[in-house]
Amino acid sequence: MIGIEHYVVVSSILFVLGVLGIFLNRKNVIIILMAIELILLAVNLNLVAFSAFLGDLTGQIFAMFVLTVAAGEAAIGLAILVIYFRGRGTIAVDDVNRMKG
Amino acid sequence: MIQTLAFYLFAAMVIASAALTILARNPVHSVMWLISSFFNAAGLMIIIGAEFIAMLLVIVYVGAVAVLFLFIVMMLNIDFAELRAGFMKNFPVGIAIALVLLAELVLGIGAYRAGALELGVPDGSAAPILGASNIENIGALMYGRYLFLFETAGLILLVAMIGAIVLTHREQRAPRGHQNIAKQIARQPEDAIVNTKPEVGKGVQL
Repeated sequence: MIGIEHYVVVSSILFVLGVLGIFLNRKNVIIILMAIELILLAVNLNLVAFSAFLGDLTGQIFAMFVLTVAAGEAAIGLAILVIYFRGRGTIAVDDVNRMKG
Repeated sequence: MIQTLAFYLFAAMVIASAALTILARNPVHSVMWLISSFFNAAGLMIIIGAEFIAMLLVIVYVGAVAVLFLFIVMMLNIDFAELRAGFMKNFPVGIAIALVLLAELVLGIGAYRAGALELGVPDGSAAPILGASNIENIGALMYGRYLFLFETAGLILLVAMIGAIVLTHREQRAPRGHQNIAKQIARQPEDAIVNTKPEVGKGVQL
């Protein structure tokens, strides 16, 4: 019998994979953006699973808002990536030092 | 039974696709695995009865991720000739992937028909479930209790859209010629055309 635990396990594995992706792919900004999308997917899965578990639709509404923010984040992230590539000709994370942070 | 099977299939596919997303060498392959991951997560959501969010995930994410894919193709230096060369070799793989996705959809729908998974019992404090279908309930909530949050979400999307446009917009430094419409209209044939009768061998003074 599939319970809430199964869903929580899947979404936590997904979340960990997303975080791992950020750490593994230190070079490629695009992969890092995709890893962030994976993390948000894990969050959404968790929200929807608990929504079904508790019989409360608020979780699904909230998942939709997470989806909205994720779409906005992807758009802005890619816009920044585009202007960065225009200026520098590369998207390697190692070369990102213009702000001397 | 079919629900359990579907759950384990979708869960395994989600995790495997996520792992391959972060491990693939080629960013294009990463995007493909990301799409697969979202697709299977949508399957996981469908079998617990959240079909609206699942469809939203497929539509928004596969659409947005397709845009991501386009950006990658435009920015990274991908050898298209090389991609073309392996097309016939990759064709069976593509068909196989399409079949797998289709089979998963069928399985997900079959599992949903067999009845949604019962993950727990409502304790009474929940947002009310009004109609019969998930979409009906979500619509009633979204346009009722969460109307202002919904409009805020629209505002966020608007800001993101304007931000992306402002960030990537580039002023054209040198416009390709100035068109002066008044000058064009005021132009007369006499100004433009001259009839001459040059003598033989003299040529024309321009």
